[in-house]
Amino acid sequence: MNEFFKAVINAEFGYSVLRVTTPILFATLGALISDKAGVMNIALEGIMLVSALAGVVFSAWTGSAGMGLLAAIAAGALVGLALAYCALNLKTDIILSGVAINLMASGGTVFLLYLVAGDKGISSSLHSKILPKLDIPGLSAIPGLGTIFSGQNVLTYVAFLSVIAIAIFLYRTPMGLRIRAVGENPNAADSVGISVKRTRYLAIVLSGVLAGMGGAYMSMGYVSWFSKNMTAGRGFIALAAEAMGGATPLGSVLTSLLFGFFDALSNTLQLLKIPSEFVNMIPYAATVVGLVTYTIRKTSRERALLARGVSAEAAKGKGA
Amino acid sequence: MNSRRRILEVMRTVLAIAIALGLALVAVFFVSKNPGEALSYFLIGPVNSVRHVGNVIELMIPLVFTGLSVAVMFSAKQFNLGSEGGFFIGAITASAIAIKLGLPPIFHPIVAIGAGGLAGMIFCGIPGILKVKWGSSELVSSLMFNYIALFFGLWLINYFLRDVNAGAMVSYSFSKSALLPKLFAGTRVSVGFIAAVAFVVLSVLLMFRTRWGYQIRVTGVNGNFARYSGIGTGRVVIYSQLIGGLLAGIGGSIETLGMYTRFSWQSLPGYGMDGVIVAILARNNPLYVPVAAFFLAYLRIGADLMSRYSDVPNELVALIQGVMIILIAASSFLSKYRHRLVYEEATRLEAIPGGGLK
Repeated sequence: MNEFFKAVINAEFGYSVLRVTTPILFATLGALISDKAGVMNIALEGIMLVSALAGVVFSAWTGSAGMGLLAAIAAGALVGLALAYCALNLKTDIILSGVAINLMASGGTVFLLYLVAGDKGISSSLHSKILPKLDIPGLSAIPGLGTIFSGQNVLTYVAFLSVIAIAIFLYRTPMGLRIRAVGENPNAADSVGISVKRTRYLAIVLSGVLAGMGGAYMSMGYVSWFSKNMTAGRGFIALAAEAMGGATPLGSVLTSLLFGFFDALSNTLQLLKIPSEFVNMIPYAATVVGLVTYTIRKTSRERALLARGVSAEAAKGKGA
Repeated sequence: MNSRRRILEVMRTVLAIAIALGLALVAVFFVSKNPGEALSYFLIGPVNSVRHVGNVIELMIPLVFTGLSVAVMFSAKQFNLGSEGGFFIGAITASAIAIKLGLPPIFHPIVAIGAGGLAGMIFCGIPGILKVKWGSSELVSSLMFNYIALFFGLWLINYFLRDVNAGAMVSYSFSKSALLPKLFAGTRVSVGFIAAVAFVVLSVLLMFRTRWGYQIRVTGVNGNFARYSGIGTGRVVIYSQLIGGLLAGIGGSIETLGMYTRFSWQSLPGYGMDGVIVAILARNNPLYVPVAAFFLAYLRIGADLMSRYSDVPNELVALIQGVMIILIAASSFLSKYRHRLVYEEATRLEAIPGGGLK
């Protein structure tokens, strides 16, 4: 037990929580923005994977990490566009579209990796670049806090700043209002002249851009290579994080940090004498426990409201 | 559905498959230095020898089980992706019984498969129960449970059943009495093939000839209608997931005891996700599951042969699968023709005095 606390209560652990939260946070924000438009984007997992590969390949070709990042973002937007086309034009069920995109991403990235790097597992033969870490002047000098907050990857700062940007976008701009209106009641939005289809296209593509940055972070920050199925369910964990966060930007950060904490815990506990299988299980088990706890609380709140005579329709929020 | 509309549905499926294959062929031409040779391995390889046909049938067996599993669960409109974990946990349970228990030949595999089925059933039932009781998304929870199943299963194998003298991360050998006998000489096709056929028949009977099956289908098509007509939809959702899990668990057990002599998987084998593809190709109809499973198995074996003997990686199949799923599930794909057929049907019925619909 003593060893456990020694491993967890120190500044390095805080640093690693932020480090592993970053991809989950990007994906959670992606889930948030599409959910606000009334679309459940389960393709986040596949989008991250495609972007992670795009980042590695383009940064190796151009020799520039920035170009790699741009390519990853473009790839995320393109896959988002494909998802939107399937769901909104071809009218394929959004969940099945997502399943299809995830399957294609999982096999397709290996296919492309083999063509580009001559290996089906890892991109180590490519000389890909990594995105820089930022030392924050002043902050880095403070002991403890400096260790936690300074020297993170540039995308980690982008992720946390995105939360503020997205909160402003969703709640303070006309476009954000339109997205929320379409998500709340597409018919009402349509009746006042908002194009539901165009708004959802925008939301899904933005969701792809965010997941794309998460993917870029995975292969050009978290580690410096692409490996087969490296996202390991983070796109799905993000869906749970978004639902648990009550579909708000602030809630999304808190739940992402919570899952990031368990992810970091599982990395740290590898060093202790606990069977590695249980340690590896931690992030997923934490997600299920979190999701179920959240929904239990939500249903009991709804039942309490019902008991006080509030109509069923008013009490019933959106499903998680 | 009248016969013309059924023909249209078949046409839609065939056209979707043709488009997907067409795209794959284009990809092969881009990628390969010798596309003709690569394509001949891909398209004809699976039938050019008895062994390859055997490979297709071997692969078809687990795909039939997970296809049935997903078809039953999706019929209740539950996007439970737990077939993957259910298959894995079923395989682990069957392995444990095949190693630890000493039973007479015929009983041993039956007990092992039954226990594997039960394990899969409990596994897929949990996301269903969580959904019905508290509305927790079955999609997210089942995906997380798949990872939990993987690590829990590996722990069981590595700590209790691992043969340290084997040189690799594998379990002890299964008792001879637990192995499923082979059906055809020269292939690895086991009596599991007969079980697969039997479960297809059972699933068809369940879905179309019993009250349970009817309730599952009504709940899936229109939950509100089902509720108003007195069907306890919560219960229906739960038992549909239990049945789906049972099928996945049995599939995992049969795959293990029919194809292997030790448990050796170190990651999820992916048959559950393949089951989703099979179920979509089969439109969640158990009767079409074997056809879809055969088709997918053929594609996979073809792709494997192609990647072994040419320069095109077998992950090409991922492209084909994705395009097929999207087009087949796309309700606006060929929708003009469907609208026209529905319209013609309606006007024909109107022309009959008294409306024709009774």
